[in-house]
Amino acid sequence: MKGYTATLPDGEAIYYVDRKRYLWTLSVIYPLQPFIGIWLHAETGNEAWLLLPIFLGYVVNPILDWVIGEDTNNPPEEVILQLDRDPFYRVLTYIVVPLHFVSLIGAAWWAGTQSLSWWGFLGLAVVAGITSGLGINTGHELGHKKSKLERTLAKIVLAVPVYGHFWIEHNRGHHRDVSTPEDPASSRMGESIYRFARREIPGAFRRAWAIEKDRLERRGKSAWDTNNQILQSMSLSVVLQVGLLLAFGWKMIPFLIVHNVFAWWQLTSANYVEHYGLLRLKDEKGRYERCQPHHSWNSNHIFSNLVLFHLERHSDHHAHPLRRYQSLRHFDNLPSLPSGYFGSYLLAWVPPLWYRVMDKALLALPHIDGDLDKVNIEPEKREMIFKKYAESGSASS
Amino acid sequence: MSEYRCPECGYTYDEDKGDEHEGYAPGTAFSRLPDDFACPDCSVRFKGDFDKL
Repeated sequence: MKGYTATLPDGEAIYYVDRKRYLWTLSVIYPLQPFIGIWLHAETGNEAWLLLPIFLGYVVNPILDWVIGEDTNNPPEEVILQLDRDPFYRVLTYIVVPLHFVSLIGAAWWAGTQSLSWWGFLGLAVVAGITSGLGINTGHELGHKKSKLERTLAKIVLAVPVYGHFWIEHNRGHHRDVSTPEDPASSRMGESIYRFARREIPGAFRRAWAIEKDRLERRGKSAWDTNNQILQSMSLSVVLQVGLLLAFGWKMIPFLIVHNVFAWWQLTSANYVEHYGLLRLKDEKGRYERCQPHHSWNSNHIFSNLVLFHLERHSDHHAHPLRRYQSLRHFDNLPSLPSGYFGSYLLAWVPPLWYRVMDKALLALPHIDGDLDKVNIEPEKREMIFKKYAESGSASS
Repeated sequence: MSEYRCPECGYTYDEDKGDEHEGYAPGTAFSRLPDDFACPDCSVRFKGDFDKL
């Protein structure tokens, strides 16, 4: 396996081998999951196999995270530059872009050409949607880079989940406003994921459009100009989805609606768990403090990180947004989720369970230590939450 | 005319060249960028954080 040589500050020469190097291919093949179900359905005639990727995602993945456990190792700082420049890792992110198109088209072809029961059809649309949600993760990794190729690939892959505004919204909006009440993509204590979705999905689109409109106005162009990067990606979405409609008929209307909603729901779930309740404080001039490592929830669970391009090492990502996935680091004493993202989503989808586990973890964080003034709280629940913790005596204010 | 660099990601604003993509014409002084100017590449450093080269 390829290794990197470097010299430590004390003069010691080291040789570093990234043991996960080839395991990152899991992030590339994982989006092909609909084909496992399709193949088994074709072999056995049992439609239930079409739902297998849902079972893999939300039952097998959390179990694998639990069984395989966590990895807190970091590459030595001295090899980071070599690791970042190694083309192997970035080529993986390029290869997965066409695979997202293949997955959606393949699932649509099967749904459009087989006589499926209503639940087999619906299940396959959900599977296609959660798979395209992974395309937002691919677009996320690519969209944070400076090269024109990677940014173009980000816009292309975001056409699959019809989320072309994400690249602008996330990089220029979310990273700037993260863990503040102003950020539609940071969830608040006491805010259920269902309420959050209604704030996040339209809020993110509005913010992206405003940022892009401002940029185009500075260039003397209309917001509807062909240079609008949101419209560029969305145009490709229209071509793709209208193409599927023409190829496979009216059945594609319900199929694509379900697909799109579940793709967006994947991102909503990720955004919900990544910054729940965390708050950047304001300085004496009223400016928010810089985003600190304790402003993101993290997970070091090995398996889910390997299928998500290391997205769960989220604090380092916010500290250094351009850092490539293979180089993201763990730090001690960071806010930690109870499971990888897939297991955490399950918890988030049942709000009373989520509050029970996460509100306690949130208030126990060292920088909060029970002080509700240091928490991003849902305004409508504010009074109720203060009352609850004042009575229980576990909050200092 | 001067250059200003983002201390986080290395993005450099060159006053001579401006930044066409962002809509800042060549010759636009760094001081004339909006007060809430965030680094176009990383968005986590702001106008006041930039280093003059």
